[in-house]
Amino acid sequence: MRSEEKKHKMKNLQTIVLSNQEISPGYFRMRILAPGYKGTAHPGQFVMFRVRRSLPPLLRRPFGIFQIGSLPADCEGMPEKEFIELIYKVVGSGTEVMRELHHGDRIELLGPLGRGFEIDDVAGDKILVGGGIGLVPLYMLADSLADRSRTRLLIGGRSREDIITVTEFERLGVTSHVTTEDGSLGEEGLITRILERKLDKYPKAKVYSCGPMPMLRAVEAICSARKVALQVSLEALMACGVGACLGCVVKGREHSEQNPDYLCTCRQGPVFHSHELDWDRLEKSAEQGKSS
Amino acid sequence: MKPNLATLPKPRLAVEFAGLKLKNPLMPASGTFGYGQEFAPYLDLNQLGAIVTKGLSLNPKAGNPTPRIAETVSGMLNAIGLQNVGVDAFIREKMPFLEQFDSPVIVNFFGNTQEEYGEVAARLNDVPGVAALEMNISCPNVKHGGIVFGTDPKAAFDVITMVRKRLSKPLIVKLTPNVTDIRITAKAAEDAGADAISLINTLTGMSVDVRTRKPRIANVIGGLSGPGIRPVAVRMTHQVVQTVKIPVIGIGGIMRAEDALEFLIVGARAVQVGTANFVDPNALQTILTDLESFCVEQGVEDINDLIGTLEL
Ligand SMILES: Cc1cc2nc3c(=O)[nH]c(=O)nc-3n(C[C@H](O)[C@H](O)[C@H](O)COP(=O)(O)OP(=O)(O)OC[C@H]3O[C@@H](n4cnc5c(N)ncnc54)[C@H](O)[C@@H]3O)c2cc1C
Ligand SMILES: Cc1cc2nc3c(=O)[nH]c(=O)nc-3n(C[C@H](O)[C@H](O)[C@H](O)COP(=O)(O)O)c2cc1C
Ligand code: FES
Repeated sequence: MRSEEKKHKMKNLQTIVLSNQEISPGYFRMRILAPGYKGTAHPGQFVMFRVRRSLPPLLRRPFGIFQIGSLPADCEGMPEKEFIELIYKVVGSGTEVMRELHHGDRIELLGPLGRGFEIDDVAGDKILVGGGIGLVPLYMLADSLADRSRTRLLIGGRSREDIITVTEFERLGVTSHVTTEDGSLGEEGLITRILERKLDKYPKAKVYSCGPMPMLRAVEAICSARKVALQVSLEALMACGVGACLGCVVKGREHSEQNPDYLCTCRQGPVFHSHELDWDRLEKSAEQGKSS
Repeated sequence: MKPNLATLPKPRLAVEFAGLKLKNPLMPASGTFGYGQEFAPYLDLNQLGAIVTKGLSLNPKAGNPTPRIAETVSGMLNAIGLQNVGVDAFIREKMPFLEQFDSPVIVNFFGNTQEEYGEVAARLNDVPGVAALEMNISCPNVKHGGIVFGTDPKAAFDVITMVRKRLSKPLIVKLTPNVTDIRITAKAAEDAGADAISLINTLTGMSVDVRTRKPRIANVIGGLSGPGIRPVAVRMTHQVVQTVKIPVIGIGGIMRAEDALEFLIVGARAVQVGTANFVDPNALQTILTDLESFCVEQGVEDINDLIGTLEL
């Protein structure tokens, strides 16, 4: 059930922004008109976003899809308006341009791209671990899980501003647990402590995680020690998003100089089973992953 | 009043050189188009003047550690490290896909010794669907202290001569711009028996993250590409066209049809589009459509009438 990208569906979509709101200091939620995404995009897939014809920045920016929905048609007989939502943190030149966009502004989307989460239909305990903006791809995942009353969202951030959209997860029937490093919301400390506690209680749970590299490493260490199945969504520098530039590679488990096993984050990822990756040698570069 | 473009006859865009027949002068630049397959969902590969593959070596190559890319003002740095599947796997696994298209396939290759260059060329020479080879000489010669073949006219001459002996297909030599006088290497390539020259490969560059004080790419030094390098590329194409008699393919920073036209007007017979494919996988298609419109608007019936028409 792994979501391979559907070739005939992939195209560069020239479209418009429907809304773009600051939902917490430095965090924006952008709704984009996106016909064709509903029913084709899988949880964990991403888009390459470009402000139309803008130079600079030159390259597109990768963003996870937070959710997909639709609005009633403008008038009778017209199709309903499908949209996707991105949630992004302003961190640099590209996101600075994005924050200035308004309803009606023209943009381009490439996607849905990459391989999303592998979802099994078996009801059972599921633990989603998100760090800051890393919770983005977990929302569609939570929405597609079979028994949401047995799904727990663990979300960690530096401060209360970094904890976003938790109530929306709760509306799906998911139980949430929040930690902040400064104790301004939820429990004080790191989210991995809660993960250990939950795994003590639900040792057969499946774990899904996205967030900054140090957090992912800690989550991996906990899960591998307990032989718990883990899928992670990685970030990487990307130029193309389609497997051509080879800028986004990470080392696979079998990698060696003689027998290169580089995996493209954009095509073979961004979601990987943790056993596919060489955690000891995941490049430091991935640790530049922003936010926590 | 703007002429109604739809009713005017379509301009002829086909170009011919070095034994190659191209439907139009547009092709992707090596390393920015994968092995073609990656872009098939976005554009019709039959519309391309030619398909140019990722650079191949004798053995598979792992490439460099990451970070491998960094965005710059009007461009990007890359140090991918020529990661590729190796020539044999290419022939086995990638050629069958490429053979389905009627656009000629140009295979880019490189080596780290003269022998490696020669051997890869010989293996590709026997492959039916391969129309021509493009030889990347921007590689260090490991037997000679790592000096890049293309920066030493003598080494370039020798390695091209050696490849020429083992290859009957058309040979395009791709020059590095990281030299003091590009005309000297261009002449060396012509003298060694190249059928055509393509230029430019990336310009070496470097960028530093001032907060971590680390280079932005793991390899420290990388290759600069994208719109920022175009004036350098146009200048070098102009100089080379003036120097050699063999046909020239222009490369560097082409994002739009107008950019491609700059190269054609200075005398390039065809152009390659690189970084633009990353920004927009439909880039080549858009450039083709716009090139056609430009010709119609300007009353150019045949693109060949435009090539080398620089007014000095
Ligand atoms: C698969 C995937 C999904 C992502 N989903 C989200 C999301 O849902 N919300 C969100 O806020 N961010 C997400 N990111 C990170 C987002 O791509 C970066 O924050 C963004 O590219 C920064 O652009 P900038 O121009 O503002 O920053 P700058 O630092 O100016 O960017 C310079 C260059 O570095 C790249 N870059 C910088 N930071 C990152 C990063 N963390 N990951 C990858 N490339 C980076 C940029 O794309 C650009 O090429 C995701 C990244 C990936 C790979
Ligand atoms: C990511 C990347 C990979 C490249 N790989 C190769 C390669 O394998 N062989 C080669 O001859 N040139 C390679 N190049 C150089 C391009 O083919 C081209 O010469 C250069 O990028 C300038 O064109 P542009 O500005 O249109 O990108 C590569 C360029 C980039 C950006
Ligand atoms: S982003 Fe270009 S290969 Fe993955």
